[in-house]
Amino acid sequence: MTALTMPARPDHDAGLRPVPWRRMAWVTWRQHRAALAGVAALLGALAVYLWLTGLQIHHAYATDCHPTSSLACTINFTGRYATTGNVVSIFLQAVPALIGAFTGAPVLARELETGTFRYAWTQGIGRWRWTLGKLVPLAVAVAAAAGAFSMLYSWYNQPFFAAGYVIPFATRMFGLRGVAFAAWTLAAFAIGALAGMLIRRTVPAIAATLAAYAGLALAAALYLREHYITPLLTSNPNLPGSAWITSQWYTNGGKYAFPARGTQIVNALSQLCPGTSNVSPAQCLSQHGYTQWTSYQPGSRFWPFQWIEGGWLLALSVLLIAATVWLVRRRAA
Amino acid sequence: MNVIEASGLGKRYGSTWALRECSLAIPAGHVAALVGPNGAGKTTLLNLAVGLAEPTAGGVTVLGGVPPGSPAALDGIAFVAQDTPVYKNLSAADMLHLTRNLNRRLDQDYAEARLAELRIPLNRKAGKLSGGQRAQLALTVALARRPRLLVLDEPVAMLDPVARHDFMATVLAAAADDGVSVVLSSHVLAELERVADYLILLSRGRVQVAGEVDDLLASHRVLTGPAAEAGRYADRPVVHVRRGAAQAHLLVRATADDPVPPGWEAHPVGLEELALAYLREPGAAALPGPARGRNTQPSEVTR
Repeated sequence: MTALTMPARPDHDAGLRPVPWRRMAWVTWRQHRAALAGVAALLGALAVYLWLTGLQIHHAYATDCHPTSSLACTINFTGRYATTGNVVSIFLQAVPALIGAFTGAPVLARELETGTFRYAWTQGIGRWRWTLGKLVPLAVAVAAAAGAFSMLYSWYNQPFFAAGYVIPFATRMFGLRGVAFAAWTLAAFAIGALAGMLIRRTVPAIAATLAAYAGLALAAALYLREHYITPLLTSNPNLPGSAWITSQWYTNGGKYAFPARGTQIVNALSQLCPGTSNVSPAQCLSQHGYTQWTSYQPGSRFWPFQWIEGGWLLALSVLLIAATVWLVRRRAA
Repeated sequence: MNVIEASGLGKRYGSTWALRECSLAIPAGHVAALVGPNGAGKTTLLNLAVGLAEPTAGGVTVLGGVPPGSPAALDGIAFVAQDTPVYKNLSAADMLHLTRNLNRRLDQDYAEARLAELRIPLNRKAGKLSGGQRAQLALTVALARRPRLLVLDEPVAMLDPVARHDFMATVLAAAADDGVSVVLSSHVLAELERVADYLILLSRGRVQVAGEVDDLLASHRVLTGPAAEAGRYADRPVVHVRRGAAQAHLLVRATADDPVPPGWEAHPVGLEELALAYLREPGAAALPGPARGRNTQPSEVTR
């Protein structure tokens, strides 16, 4: 029961140098180039469309919108392109989720589904280096592509902002501009990678990624975003047009009376100014000693909000990728 | 050096133990066959040895004391898993390129020569290869890594007899020419005699038999005699009794020098027959080391 003499092999013992990271570049490219080509095709097609319609929109704005209140602007710019702009912004909400789900989820799910992880995770590079060496370049690639795309989208949207048609904080636009679009794409990719590791099957992992992304995006837009920075408070009824009003209410004699919307204010108005149609609700309430208060986010906070959203999404993505790598390291086959 | 050494090794999935209290040492320089029925824990043991699974209890080391999954272990062990998974959308050339990038070395010349010999075109996608070719591709890629230990999990289960023969020929050539130690699991007993020179028999998650094939064959005999007398040996170191109408065949622990009882004939045993007998008697054991139980006293048979 003694060992045969093993033929000498180059430095196989102490001081093993790990397989260099750069070797993963070819591996990742070869195995995921189809997914990356899909991302490029999707964003490329959208970019061509945005470029062509964007030129028309810019042209219409430049010729008809000086001033923006002119009838020509209303008819030839807003009237003609506002719907297009809205439809595009709604469609683009799904793009980060699609990119993330279709590039992120298969990275691990396909290996686990087909059994090839038994090959991949027993190679010299080691499984956590293999995982990190795939996830990080792919994450950077999809985020960079999304970032470039959102720059084009910001250009496309410029006339709508210049015309005052939308405020910077518009819910359906905020996630598509600045750094947010790239950050959301990155987060979707990281969610996909983790879902693939947990679910171990490609199609269910993609479905789970889309669902998780939708939940997170809705929660951020409806509940989280307005709390990034404490809103400003004012009793001045003339707010700048770019302000994002987060809530409005009335006080009377320094005490909270009722919110600016709802049955209470309707009842109060019908009691205070019954049957008068020549007095506006605001005038009626101020005549009777009510003060309107508004909490709002000024438009100048757009970039701080972008960085805050980008920041927490980046942190979340790093966390999810770290969790994925950790799971790969400890997973029992 | 032991290529795989386990002590008290156990692995539990949920509430089921796939492998339990497994202690064994597989020395280097062998083609070791891990044999056992389905569910005996063969795949679990191999997954633990290549670092794909973590033990629930006990420990396992490879290549003379290295923990599985460590850089040295990954570098020195090539693993071909059950059903020989390869990326179906990659060509043979891509598989080689992939493997070269994932390892510190790859013997490109060996791999290309081997694939040419097997008539596997380098540019054909793995998904378009036959089952036998795919298995050969996975094996070639593994051997091109120049491992010190080659671990094969049920490599030939899905192959036809010709492909099975060719596959094993490649394994044997690597073992003979390059001194690669091989551990393979199989429930195909027929090939073992030609291939394996070390046998580990696993049953219900425990090691039942472990040893060099020559030693095992030399220490077992088949006794053939009147069926009526077979009962006399029931409490003897008999591994297995096979009764016919008139004659009984007893597999006993005995060497060629041990005397044969009157009216009985002794024959040497084949590896397949020996393995089968132990598989049918999960209570019997033949293990190296200090005497364990009644089966280690072969002289009693002939008393």
